Amino acid sequence: MQEWANQLCENRQFGSKMTDSKYFTTTKKGEIFELKAELNSDKKEKKKEAVKKVIASMTVGKDVSALFPDVVNCMQTDNLELKKLVYLYLMNYAKSQPDMAIMAVNTFVKDCEDPNPLIRALAVRTMGCIRVDKITEYLCEPLRKCLKDEDPYVRKTAAVCVAKLHDINAQLVEDQGFLDTLKDLISDSNPMVVANAVAALSEIAESHPNSNLLDLNPQTINKLLTALNECTEWGQIFILDCLANYTPRDDRESQSICERVTPRLSHANSAVVLSAVKVLMKFMEMLPKDLDYYGTLLKKLAPPLVTLLSAEPELQYVALRNINLIVQRRPEILKHEMKVFFVKYNDPIYVKLEKLDIMIRLASQANIAQVLAELKEYATEVDVDFVRKAVRAIGRCAIKVEQSAERCVSTLLDLIQTKVNYVVQEAIVVIKDIFRKYPNKYESVIATLCENLDSLDEPEARAAMIWIVGEYAERIDNADELLESFLEGFHDESTQVQLQLLTGIVKLFLKKPTETQELVQQVLSLATQDSDNPDLRDRGYIYWRLLSTDPVAAKEVVLAEKPLISEETDLIEPTLLEELICHIGTLASVYHKPPSAFVEGSRGVQHKRLPGSAGSGESVDSPDTGSAAGVSEAPPAVIPSQGDLLGDLLNLDLTPPTTTGPPPPTSGMQMGAMDLLGGGLDSLLGGDLGGNPAMAAGFGAPPAVMPTSFNAPVSGGLDDLFDLGGGVGMPMGSYSPPKTVWLPAMKAKGLEISGTFARRSGVIQMEMTLTNKAMSVMTDFAIQFNRNSFGLAPAGPLQVLTPLSPNQSIEVSLPLNTVGPVMKMEPLNNLQVAVKNNIDVFYFSCQYPISMLFVEDGKMERQVFLATWKDIPNDNESQFQIKDCHLSSDAASNKLQGSNIFTIAKRTVEGQDMLYQSIKLTNGIWVLAELRVQAGNPNYTVSLKCRAPEVSQSVFQSYEAVLKN
Amino acid sequence: MIHSLFLINHTGDIFLEKHWKSVISRSVCDYFFEAKEKAGDPENVPPVLQTPHHYLITIYRGKLFLLSVIQTEVPPLFVIEFLHRVADTFQDYFGECSEGVIKDNVVTVYELLEEMLDNGFPLATESNVLKEMIKPPNILRSVVNTLTGSSNVGDTLPTGQLSNIPWRRAGVKYTNNEAYFDVIEEIDAILDKSGTTVFAEIQGVIEACVRLTGMPDLTLSFMNPRLLDDVSFHPCVRFKRWEAERVLSFIPPDGNFTLMTYHVSSQNLVAIPVYVKQSISFFESGSCGRLDITLGPKQTMGKMVEGLTVTIHMPKTVLSANLTATQGNYTYDLATKVLVWDIGKLNPQKLPNLKGSLSVQAGAPKPEENPSLNIGLKIQQLAISGLKVSRLDMYGEKYKPFKGVKYVTKAGKFQVRT
Repeated sequence: MQEWANQLCENRQFGSKMTDSKYFTTTKKGEIFELKAELNSDKKEKKKEAVKKVIASMTVGKDVSALFPDVVNCMQTDNLELKKLVYLYLMNYAKSQPDMAIMAVNTFVKDCEDPNPLIRALAVRTMGCIRVDKITEYLCEPLRKCLKDEDPYVRKTAAVCVAKLHDINAQLVEDQGFLDTLKDLISDSNPMVVANAVAALSEIAESHPNSNLLDLNPQTINKLLTALNECTEWGQIFILDCLANYTPRDDRESQSICERVTPRLSHANSAVVLSAVKVLMKFMEMLPKDLDYYGTLLKKLAPPLVTLLSAEPELQYVALRNINLIVQRRPEILKHEMKVFFVKYNDPIYVKLEKLDIMIRLASQANIAQVLAELKEYATEVDVDFVRKAVRAIGRCAIKVEQSAERCVSTLLDLIQTKVNYVVQEAIVVIKDIFRKYPNKYESVIATLCENLDSLDEPEARAAMIWIVGEYAERIDNADELLESFLEGFHDESTQVQLQLLTGIVKLFLKKPTETQELVQQVLSLATQDSDNPDLRDRGYIYWRLLSTDPVAAKEVVLAEKPLISEETDLIEPTLLEELICHIGTLASVYHKPPSAFVEGSRGVQHKRLPGSAGSGESVDSPDTGSAAGVSEAPPAVIPSQGDLLGDLLNLDLTPPTTTGPPPPTSGMQMGAMDLLGGGLDSLLGGDLGGNPAMAAGFGAPPAVMPTSFNAPVSGGLDDLFDLGGGVGMPMGSYSPPKTVWLPAMKAKGLEISGTFARRSGVIQMEMTLTNKAMSVMTDFAIQFNRNSFGLAPAGPLQVLTPLSPNQSIEVSLPLNTVGPVMKMEPLNNLQVAVKNNIDVFYFSCQYPISMLFVEDGKMERQVFLATWKDIPNDNESQFQIKDCHLSSDAASNKLQGSNIFTIAKRTVEGQDMLYQSIKLTNGIWVLAELRVQAGNPNYTVSLKCRAPEVSQSVFQSYEAVLKN
Repeated sequence: MIHSLFLINHTGDIFLEKHWKSVISRSVCDYFFEAKEKAGDPENVPPVLQTPHHYLITIYRGKLFLLSVIQTEVPPLFVIEFLHRVADTFQDYFGECSEGVIKDNVVTVYELLEEMLDNGFPLATESNVLKEMIKPPNILRSVVNTLTGSSNVGDTLPTGQLSNIPWRRAGVKYTNNEAYFDVIEEIDAILDKSGTTVFAEIQGVIEACVRLTGMPDLTLSFMNPRLLDDVSFHPCVRFKRWEAERVLSFIPPDGNFTLMTYHVSSQNLVAIPVYVKQSISFFESGSCGRLDITLGPKQTMGKMVEGLTVTIHMPKTVLSANLTATQGNYTYDLATKVLVWDIGKLNPQKLPNLKGSLSVQAGAPKPEENPSLNIGLKIQQLAISGLKVSRLDMYGEKYKPFKGVKYVTKAGKFQVRT
């Protein structure tokens, strides 16, 4: 008895030590050595324990790769657990020990024939995870068998394995015909196999944009819908996402798909629900609005969306980002559900901010009272970001729902009374917008605002306050004093405030000219003489000139009636919205950016668009940039930025002169600086001021520098013009295409980059115009390239020495070298670029003309040319036509030489000139060409021969571009 | 698809990593640490982060971060759902999802992760399928395994894996056949200062515990199914029958599972079981404040309210609380500034009251925000929405099972603003 108890006790101890943490407690010294000994032990149990120890070390990131041969030796076993553990190890380390991994191949191949389907599946699955080329060769045969295995569990595992193999060696998968087998699996009898096949094909399709892998037709759709009902929740997600890519033929098909998808809205898995919402939102577009079913569907969409909001906060966040899109597209779905977006005090901040955004979108006359009460509640919370946004939201409500404006204003005034600094500042910024929307209605509050003048320390609030003072100068007795107080620290202010101060004082001057001459002179001279900021200087000069030439015009321009502020701010631009609706549930929908803007390697992301709405759809579908021709590529789909409506407001004063204002005094321009001053001045002073000589002198002094700097804002445009003109700027230089917009501002938080490439005296230059279209200053620019076909890399850092102020542009020339890492791109001349500034990192891709890579010593010896031409097999020759080129052969030859395409010999046969030319690329590839020019025939023929024929297409494009420009 | 998974504790140590494709260096987590630093509170870390080459999708559960790395366009909800499923599985296997327990079972964890995801595609996430392939650890089995040399990895194909009902394994046998259903409702509500309901809704869930032999086919019907217009079901529920007849017809998984969740929206009137009379005020001078809270029954449908608690997050400047409670105890945690008043049962004859003074840090300005009250409560034998199960029928098997339904109502996110 005693003995029995003892033994039990021992077992207990044994048992309590059974946790895996013991695997971590090995002695430091000779740890690997000990494990090695244990792995080679004869005892099965000891072996297993040792492998477990190895795995445990691996999971925490220790390097146990030295044990590779010993672990692989344990593979031949009947014990499934041990086998699995060894497989786990192999997957992790095979890459670093490819030669050793080969030793495991035989066991894998044998296991793929095992009678137990679990082992067959496990083997094929593990083999796919070993990312070693040599192994993949052996994988093909077993995989082919497994794809046709009698057991569906094996088939579904094999389907995923095709995707794995494709990731390692795409060519192999295509050559072996696995893609077709995979397509056949869509018709498999087992729904799980179908789901996995769809998932695998979708993943493969992502790297093959144009292939017709998922060829969706009514038959396959039907199969997918059948599988949808029976497969796992994850499979349903894959199938739904795949369905969303289909475009139904007519509204009846659309309706029948919708009917079969709606049950998914009641799924417990939120990802299934959201994918179903995507399909429905998309196919709904095709349904006629008067159809009963359309109404039913709208009603069915609301509850599942609301339910998503009771899930975990992370799920809520993604759901809210998507609801934000849905609400913009179809506000009717959730218009009665305002209350579910009310904020709970312990919601995470990221959920709070999103809820607030949606509350404003849903605000309407019917619910505004509730919304305002809530917002006021939020404005007294603790979190600063949230409070600010709540205050801002009150302003947006006022602008959106006219009936509520008065209540909003009084709520804002209450908040200003709290004297909480950031609340006051935020309130003033939004009150400015309210003034814009309802001019001459709430000016009674100006006095209250002015009391808080001293507490404002944020540029945006200061600028807003100055705008208000300037705009209502005639009603504020001490407007000049107020503005003067700002003027003292003019140079310490941010540009935003400086610009506003300049405009504000000019407004004041035009309204009360007699008392404020001194002030206006002061600000004009501060802006034009003492400032380094071109925007400020230019605005100063414009005002100055306006005031000095035609004060009446100045009045018309500066005090012009402003267009009313739009009702909704921050709306997503409609075409982008349509695209994003097609991407509901994806990362794109979380970031509210089109997938092409940020998904790495999405060279071929097709712009999706909603069906049915053909009228507006046409413009959305910009051609896939990946396949567009190299040099003459269409600019990337630029969607006009609408985001900064609020920001633009303040600057509106500047725009009228160019559009609605009187034409600029061109004659004055030609007269030169001195004349200009004399002439205009009298008319200004004559009217209002009665010819005050001191004033005249004051106005006259600085513009000695004016003509030159007046050009400054235009210069950006002029440069572009020169570039467009091709040869004008640099007649003999290599061809450089005009600048195109590479990175639109809306994709990069206000940074716009346009650019081109040029080759100047042997150096490749990347020439860019950086434009700051955001409201804040940008600094700390840096640039990096992804690996690319010719190893292009920046030869130095991006030289942007001064910070880039809002609305400012800067031209940068970045010298490039070709010693960077190389990776073949598709198309060949594609370059992926990352640009960083103080705000974020942005990515874009552009294509460079391959002629940038033609080096100066590309002239081949005649003999060598002949020999090489013969040496290159005829298969590598490709022929192209250049149409409508009206140059003589000599002119063409000269022009081409400018771009380092050298003519070696010329022959004339039967009135046809044959030019033999050679080109050398930076990486040493030679391209030989024969250009046939027939007098009177505008069509040239180019034959290109090269050992690397993949460059021919790009080279030809360069020929065309050079000859035609 | 999901590329890698890192498990990170709340102090920021990565204690486990798993890669389903190529290995990604753990330095990718630095972006997450940066965001965590910025957010301050671990709850406030944004769940989706963008880095130059990857996306990081994170959930925060039980003081652990589950961070997944993805490289291509993947539905983020899919990833988040999956991560929660991983955490659920750990909980299911080890009783909790914590750093300690994961470290203790690291090999099982690793085997589980390998089984749950293949090349980033979910493979087996159903608890009963997993348990057939990888046996959950327990002391007895470890001992037996050690003595007999057998393993805790199943070597047959799980039966549920491929059938049309993957959630149920074949050959289930019980001596006592029983099916219990718990209808649990949580009230989410926001009441304003004056006690008016700003917003209220009910989150309901039916948790089932079914231990029945063979392949039973169950039908659960309700007295008032009209209440349920917003439902999500376990995959086992036949949706067509619900649409047509408003009954739940299903072949249940074996053991514990969530049959359905539902949501009674703010459109309907939601009964609020208690009212709260409160005043919390701080004085301009003298660095102190007063607090006076009384709770009373409102719409309790004649049932007893139990487990009543009030939790208040005080402003940072509140140093201590000197209060008297007529019923229950209160505690004030100085570090977290949380006041908890544990009341217990609500006696309608003698309403519980908490009253006294708060002392505020000397010289600090009067707190700007008023703290919200969080109410906790429980009412047995009542589903506050009025939902009632009328009957449960079983087809397909001959024996007579025990059946039972329990109702309970709880406070969910029940907040009173002051």
